[in-house]
Amino acid sequence: MSANLLAVFYLISGILFILALRGLSSPETSRQGNLFGIIGMAIAIGVTFLSVGNFSTGFLYVLGFLVIGGSIGAFIAYKIPMTAMPELVAGFHSLVGLAAVFVAISAFLNPEVFNLGLPGNIKISSLIEMSLGVAIGAITFTGSIIAFLKLRGIMSGSPITFTGQNYLNLSLGLILFGLIFYLCKTQIDTWFWTIIVISFLVGVLLIIPIGGADMPVVISMLNSYSGWAAAGIGFTLENTALIITGALVGSSGAILSYIMCKGMNRSFFNVILGGFGGTDQSQSKTDKEQKPVKSGNADDAAFLMKNASSVIIVPGYGMAVAQAQHALREMVDALKKNGVKVTYAIHPVAGRMPGHMNVLLAEANVPYDEVFELEEINNDFANCDVVYVIGANDVTNPVAKTDPQSPIYGMPILDVEKSKSILFVKRSLSPGYAGIDNDLFYKDNTLMLFADAKKMTEDIIKSL
Amino acid sequence: MEIDPFIFRLSIFILSMFIGYYVVWSVTPSLHTPLMSVTNAISSVIIVGAIIAALAGSSENIFDNANIFGFLAIILAAVNIFGGFLVTQRMLAMYKKKKKDK
Repeated sequence: MSANLLAVFYLISGILFILALRGLSSPETSRQGNLFGIIGMAIAIGVTFLSVGNFSTGFLYVLGFLVIGGSIGAFIAYKIPMTAMPELVAGFHSLVGLAAVFVAISAFLNPEVFNLGLPGNIKISSLIEMSLGVAIGAITFTGSIIAFLKLRGIMSGSPITFTGQNYLNLSLGLILFGLIFYLCKTQIDTWFWTIIVISFLVGVLLIIPIGGADMPVVISMLNSYSGWAAAGIGFTLENTALIITGALVGSSGAILSYIMCKGMNRSFFNVILGGFGGTDQSQSKTDKEQKPVKSGNADDAAFLMKNASSVIIVPGYGMAVAQAQHALREMVDALKKNGVKVTYAIHPVAGRMPGHMNVLLAEANVPYDEVFELEEINNDFANCDVVYVIGANDVTNPVAKTDPQSPIYGMPILDVEKSKSILFVKRSLSPGYAGIDNDLFYKDNTLMLFADAKKMTEDIIKSL
Repeated sequence: MEIDPFIFRLSIFILSMFIGYYVVWSVTPSLHTPLMSVTNAISSVIIVGAIIAALAGSSENIFDNANIFGFLAIILAAVNIFGGFLVTQRMLAMYKKKKKDK
């Protein structure tokens, strides 16, 4: 196959990938979009096989490895519970990162295969692209592993900080650029390996100071990095499909990070520098025990909701932890039978990754046209009888509007406080991730339901 | 004067970033999780580099040290491609509209 024809086919798969993302603009077109993505991938792999044109034993091995990897991937995709989606995505990001590192290593060891020159005499431009690709890939790999461990709960979600952390990261970053410069100048492979090792280290250091609830930003950021790594390798290999995809994925991740930061009213750097929501919650703890709290049981909650005409459900990470989405939908079905109008309100940063709550509700068969984003539904709280807050906290805290001293001041919140009555399902009065007390707990029209989210919801179903 | 092919690739790259920017902004927020999993799957098109690397060189010595990295990358990328597209498919199949008969 001629190089020109090959390039045209790579362009076609690039376009199909664009259409795959385009399909996600609505759930109806999304399935077709995914199909476009699959076709694009099949074309890219197929023409690569044809271009190599060497159907020897090596080819059989390639097919074999493809099948092994593919079966592992398919197995994971079918087995994974929807609540584990954030970890899965983080894990997949780490694989893209490592794959980029491996491809860059083989290009470095065997440059003549990719027309990049000879070992020890690689084209400078290719060397720059390669080392950028390998560095970003390595950062994505270890960064995603840390994110995975934190999301999975193997590693504590609380931020790990130490003095001089930011200076250390900054100097490591500068060292990386220095190494890339020396690699290009000398072509000595020691520098290449050092770049990889230091990038691995940077990946770890970048993610450890970031706390659990900032994970939506981290996952989006790593998504973006995996794209830039792919683009870097795409430039090295002079492959259009890879360049297009890298740019698409890179900007996609960057936009998601931006949306997540905006959802918390924090700058990207504020999140990345980390340490937010650490352990200094001492001052808020002292005065809070005295305030009176009304607590209720499942019967009270069932009574309130049954007699309401409209109920808004506000799910949060607690719902995912308790796996309460199915019970929640059953409760809503029971309410609907009683003629109650029920809708769902989702905050942009609810959960541990962008769109996390939507997937869980979809899994529980909640129709997507009953689920609303913050801007769409925020005015409805004033006309709503009961709000059922299940596993959310900071995203409802009115202090974000009233107290300029508060760490979450300015964050857009769901106007839960405007509703006639509020039901809060929570295990205890402990403050949320941001470490601040929620005034809603002490309001006259708030009823606290102290229990596990799933168990409480099931009890409410019984009393309905 | 001749234009370096790099400039063409750079143009493709920059224009694709613009396309990405507009396309991703039009993605509905409720599909942000499938967006992440599908971008994950498509970025594994890096497998084309892995295949070329794995098939490089002579057929007598398949697991040469440059090739071995290619093979490793193939496994990783294949996990991602199949895992990413299938899990996206599984998620998207769950998004349903309200039934009319209710």
